[in-house]
Amino acid sequence: MSEQALKELGDVIAAKIGGDVLKVEVKLGELMVTVKRPAILAVLTALRDDPATRFEQLTDITAVDYPDRAERFEVVYQLLSYTHNRRMRVKLATDEDTPVPSAVAVFSAANWFEREAWDLFGVFFENHPDLRRILTDYGFEGHPFRKDFPLTGYVEARYDEDQKRVIYEPVRLTQDFRAFDFLSPWEGMTNVMLPGDEKAALQDGSKKP
Amino acid sequence: MSMTVSTDSATGVVATGPGGLISASGPETKTQIKPYTMNFGPQHPAAHGVLRLVMELNGEVVERCDPHIGLLHRGTEKLIEYKTYIQAVPYFDRLDYVSPMCMEHAYVLGIENLLQIKAPLRAQYIRVLFSEITRILNHILSITTGALDVGAITPALWGFEEREILMEFYERVSGARLHANYFRPGGVAWDIPDGLLDDIWAFTERFPKFMDDLESLLTENRIFKQRTVDIGIVTKEQALDWAFTGPMLRGSGVAWDLRKSQPYEVYDRMEFDVPVGLTGDCWARYLVRMEEMKQSLRIIRQCCKEMPAGPYKIEDRKVSPPPRGEMKRSMEALIHHFKLFTEGFHVPAGETYTAIEAPKGEFGVYLVSDGTNKPYRCKIRAPGFAHLQGLDFMSKGHMLADAVANIASMDIVFGEIDR
Repeated sequence: MSEQALKELGDVIAAKIGGDVLKVEVKLGELMVTVKRPAILAVLTALRDDPATRFEQLTDITAVDYPDRAERFEVVYQLLSYTHNRRMRVKLATDEDTPVPSAVAVFSAANWFEREAWDLFGVFFENHPDLRRILTDYGFEGHPFRKDFPLTGYVEARYDEDQKRVIYEPVRLTQDFRAFDFLSPWEGMTNVMLPGDEKAALQDGSKKP
Repeated sequence: MSMTVSTDSATGVVATGPGGLISASGPETKTQIKPYTMNFGPQHPAAHGVLRLVMELNGEVVERCDPHIGLLHRGTEKLIEYKTYIQAVPYFDRLDYVSPMCMEHAYVLGIENLLQIKAPLRAQYIRVLFSEITRILNHILSITTGALDVGAITPALWGFEEREILMEFYERVSGARLHANYFRPGGVAWDIPDGLLDDIWAFTERFPKFMDDLESLLTENRIFKQRTVDIGIVTKEQALDWAFTGPMLRGSGVAWDLRKSQPYEVYDRMEFDVPVGLTGDCWARYLVRMEEMKQSLRIIRQCCKEMPAGPYKIEDRKVSPPPRGEMKRSMEALIHHFKLFTEGFHVPAGETYTAIEAPKGEFGVYLVSDGTNKPYRCKIRAPGFAHLQGLDFMSKGHMLADAVANIASMDIVFGEIDR
């Protein structure tokens, strides 16, 4: 689908939904609409039922964690229209404490997708019929896909021969977790002072460290 | 919920009234029977992996069915965030481990979209060829183990023999029978070896015989039909509402196939039909899968016939490594190789959702890049995840054994559901 047609569709959606749309973008041939959090149910319902859009299927819900932002989570809804053969993405922002209205009333499929987002990110969904953990272990603590959750986790399980059951212990690594920083130091080094650079700066006299 | 059942103590006959409530047929003792909560799995051969179902049964009728998943959760998406783009490819083989190359396909297409590159034509043909081999590989397993679940052993024995032949093709092209790690951003890892296309062609001539045998065993088999016809009916509306895709959607009468409707790679050059089921039950889904295998054969033949010559991966040395011979002579090639396999390539910031028609349905990868050499977030949209949550409404009111038929017709593989 051409970018132009997607832009037009984006404008149509923005006009239909009105003040709840924060941003409409078309990037890499994909349409993204950022909406206000409380409006999500109205937006999804409108997108599903409006003959001009007809996004009948909610393909996926997921979250992306940006710890530096004030509202750290971006909840992403992927929609697919069978009638018009189109895809689009609806996004909204939230944080650890603010609940997002659950989309289960609009799309039944949202049930497990939201449970997964809750389990892995700790995004809370309001009015969800059954917001239990889904992928992690029974009794798991924390939300493992947050950026501040370590890759190795906090506990490890093993079978204890004496107690005849599986027990949890703090993670002990026989070798430190190795994270290599391969980001090249030679790219984007425009306003950084390395040791010795101050001499050159002093010589031409133009700028001082 | 509870029900009262009257027991005739002399004959031991148990009678339940309509709605499973009270039957008053005599002055005998009345026993309260609660719906039976049964645990199914996670170690059960019909659970297709590590599925644990907590079922509420009324007699032998399923009232509620709560799948507990996550027993195979390995945190693939988190692991991918800590790997460079190329290092993450093998994780995709391990998602849906009966159709590995299709998983890789979605991922490399996502990266290519972010990088705004396109694989050379030969690479696209190779990918399509192996995607379709993968589809047959997957459907053989799905159909034959599904038949095993409803009582037929022979198809599984025959099917695994054919799968072995297909996995030999995998091995010849990638070096591994199962976890191929063959597709790369910008092409494929190696060119196909000499003679492979001829052997695949020979296979396509032999395979219809197997299909006929399989059909004669199953399609009109009385027992097989008793176990699958009118079991787990999914209407068109339900299929859309529950995000069903692939054969689960086509079995319900929606003519939708991403290879046709949103063609990627060279699927728009291929001639094939999209089978659509009419009844939306387990039998329709079985028929759809059978027909899809035949259509896959057509695509494989077209790929073998039209396979163009040329490079099998993109010539851009910032994305794909130089050939070994060149590295022995050229310093630059050596540097490129070193940088690619330590630092990897940087992907411009952006996000994309790329979906392909995997054998099980729409397999999508939502990639978020922040401009570095590692994905910022990689969400894997597994078709089985959406299908399995529909098990509750599909099994409601059916017998316990039909829940097993439902699981089989969903083509559940836990690698992709638990990720």
